[in-house]
Amino acid sequence: MKKVLEKPDSFYDEFVRKPGANPHSTHYCPGCGHGVVHKLIAETMDDFEIQDRTVFVSPVGCAVFGYYYFHCGNIQVPHGRAPAVATGIKRALPDSVVISYQGDGDLAAIGGNNILQAANRGENITVIFVNNAIYGMTGSQMAPTTLLGQKTTTTPEGRSAANEGYPLRVSELLATLEAPVYIERVAITDAKHVMKARKAIRKGIQNQMEGRGFSFVEILSSCPTGWKMTPSEAKEWLGGSMIDYFPLSVLKNKNGVHPDPDGARKQSNGHYVSRSEILKIVGAGSSADRRFAQPTVSSGFDNPRIKVSGFGGQGILLLGQLLAQGAMLSDYFATWLPSYGPEMRGGTANCHVIISNERIGSPLVTDTDVLMAMNLPSLDKFEKDVRTDGLILVNSSLIERRVARDDVCSVYVPATELADKLGEPKTANMVMLGAFVACSKLLSEESILASLQAKVKRTEFLELNRSAFNAGFESVCQ
Amino acid sequence: MSRVLIKGNEAVVRGAILAGCRAFYGYPITPASEIAETAAVLFPQVGGTFLQAESEIGAINMVYGAAATGERAMTASSSPGISLKLEGISYAAGSELPMVIVDIMRGGPGLGNIAPEQSDYNQMVKGGGHGNYKLIVLAPNSAQEMCDLTMRAFELADRYRTPVIVLADGFVGQMMEPVQLPEPVAELPSKDWCVNGTAATRDNLISSIYMDPDELEEHNAKLQRKYDKIEQREILWEEIETEDAEIILVGYGIVSRILQSVVEEGRKRGLALGLLRPISLCPFPAPRIAELAETTEMFFAVEMSNGQMVHDIRLAVRHKRPVEFYGRMGGSVPTTQEILAKVQEHLPEKARI
Repeated sequence: MKKVLEKPDSFYDEFVRKPGANPHSTHYCPGCGHGVVHKLIAETMDDFEIQDRTVFVSPVGCAVFGYYYFHCGNIQVPHGRAPAVATGIKRALPDSVVISYQGDGDLAAIGGNNILQAANRGENITVIFVNNAIYGMTGSQMAPTTLLGQKTTTTPEGRSAANEGYPLRVSELLATLEAPVYIERVAITDAKHVMKARKAIRKGIQNQMEGRGFSFVEILSSCPTGWKMTPSEAKEWLGGSMIDYFPLSVLKNKNGVHPDPDGARKQSNGHYVSRSEILKIVGAGSSADRRFAQPTVSSGFDNPRIKVSGFGGQGILLLGQLLAQGAMLSDYFATWLPSYGPEMRGGTANCHVIISNERIGSPLVTDTDVLMAMNLPSLDKFEKDVRTDGLILVNSSLIERRVARDDVCSVYVPATELADKLGEPKTANMVMLGAFVACSKLLSEESILASLQAKVKRTEFLELNRSAFNAGFESVCQ
Repeated sequence: MSRVLIKGNEAVVRGAILAGCRAFYGYPITPASEIAETAAVLFPQVGGTFLQAESEIGAINMVYGAAATGERAMTASSSPGISLKLEGISYAAGSELPMVIVDIMRGGPGLGNIAPEQSDYNQMVKGGGHGNYKLIVLAPNSAQEMCDLTMRAFELADRYRTPVIVLADGFVGQMMEPVQLPEPVAELPSKDWCVNGTAATRDNLISSIYMDPDELEEHNAKLQRKYDKIEQREILWEEIETEDAEIILVGYGIVSRILQSVVEEGRKRGLALGLLRPISLCPFPAPRIAELAETTEMFFAVEMSNGQMVHDIRLAVRHKRPVEFYGRMGGSVPTTQEILAKVQEHLPEKARI
């Protein structure tokens, strides 16, 4: 005959992880509710035959030692963070049963946002929330659920609404959310209520096993030590004052609804991806396979340090990227650095590009070999940084003045006008790029056009950009 | 294999995927957001999880949960976000959970700004969180290394069961360079310690709690033995022209790139400059610095901070040689010329070739 008081298999036979002489008793105080709740969970694990696949998440608080008792995979977590950790576990192991166990301080105070957001995401986990209206482990301080007038070590005169606010009804709060499928508050006052709690725990876990989503069982429980009461006084207070403020009810039960969050997640997660697919996804083996010879004619702009500058919307960063990409395809070293930090002051968008036959040290371009000025502020700001015999390409459509220096090579390109003629003023950047390639002879046209192909996906834009590039190239050659 | 032109921040995500990481939990913050954004695109494509967490604290704890199941998992943030993650990092160090955390440093303290700084050195290298733990801290200085060192970070994290930090700055994150993408890791290590919801791992426990002082002391001693082993085996650094150098410049991350230019410029001007770049900040290349102290005249540390790494150099040099420092704070990046001028102010006579 089955022993009535038999310990569930989902508990360890002996609590060997627990220090102290007696490996059969728990560390909980007399009259504490945690032992009862643990037993209800362990029995459910037995009945559902889920011991192997259960992961029990222990909080900080009196239940921190959950792993003394539950004979399943155990993870002890930082204060309040159980729902976030449980999220990471469940997303990694959709077939596991994750039980996130928390007290009121842990869940409702320091972990308030974590529980709210896990509930709102509809994580397919089961949260067991043991509410005893006090911080037990740390020695009876006020919890968010401490009742008005209740004396604790940090509310020695009793909790006052004026100073500490009102006790938090977490289940009601979470019930306002769309995602949770099941929220119930129960109490373990007497055998009848314990049976209800048992049912609620089973339902919460069943929901998870069926992939239904977030289930939350709040269990009102006593803490005679923390409350400074005898177990029988505590029982009376639990059944009276506690239940008066925290009414027992099913606050949410989405019967018939089957959102199956795990199913949706499983579809996208965990599918097999082959080595070649992975390489393709990260971008290896794409258009960049092509290689281009470096032009043999030197124009005196070897290893140039280039600054491209204009206003936002002129495609300055793209221009620079195409240069760097073309350089890469021609087996140069290359760096591209966008204006960033204090560099962004003054309203110009600019980027630094270095193309070199040697490994590049600083990617910052201060001492400039080539300046491509797409608007007047850019020329005003960076003209002085160009080295003697350096090159300045001026967008003469927008810059009316001439370059003030006579120790540099200045080339005037009506980039915006030429782009306008092609019907798209935004391609002025490509006109300028064409002009640079023609002047510098550093990169082949083919390498730039291949870069363009890699960056610009839509055929009509590609053609337009190509025409603009050619217009710029020819404008300099003339 | 072909090369791709990508930002350092994008290279991190590619490195992670190639290393077999399939779980990314993030929270937006400039200048690290591109890592989360790139992960949001790529992770689902490779069958992985990307989730934007409710907070930095939520993100690191989701990584904690994923790592506890044996999965390769990561998060990325920038300085203020990393401050928030330190609690979780301390727990992960205590529970010996492998994970990778990328810190794209920005200006501080407080909200500071979004410009690049290197002021998280102490936070990452010296602990930051509570307890007797150390992290492995790797400091890439190129887009290529953002990929490669992220891969290495996962390998080291698993080998030593420890959180590993990839510490970069806004410049290394934003800079685009050609990156040669390595082969994906073919086989991931098995983790018999993990909790993965099977009968085989039913007796496993992931925890950092040891109530008995003797037990906790032994746990800490075990951690220290692990850190000693890491120190013996995993120091990484790079040297440029140190052989005959009378001044050895020391810098990491973007600063080391600028210092490379300083060495080139300085050599052109007849200055015997060399560069030592720590690639692993923890463990720190102290033994090599001590060796170099025998032959060089002085060390010159450059950091985008108030001088944090310089203390480790001084410890390694043990007052045998002067260790000078030049730093910029607030997000300004020193230029080659600026550093060269500072170095020349401190020039020992012997340093002229």
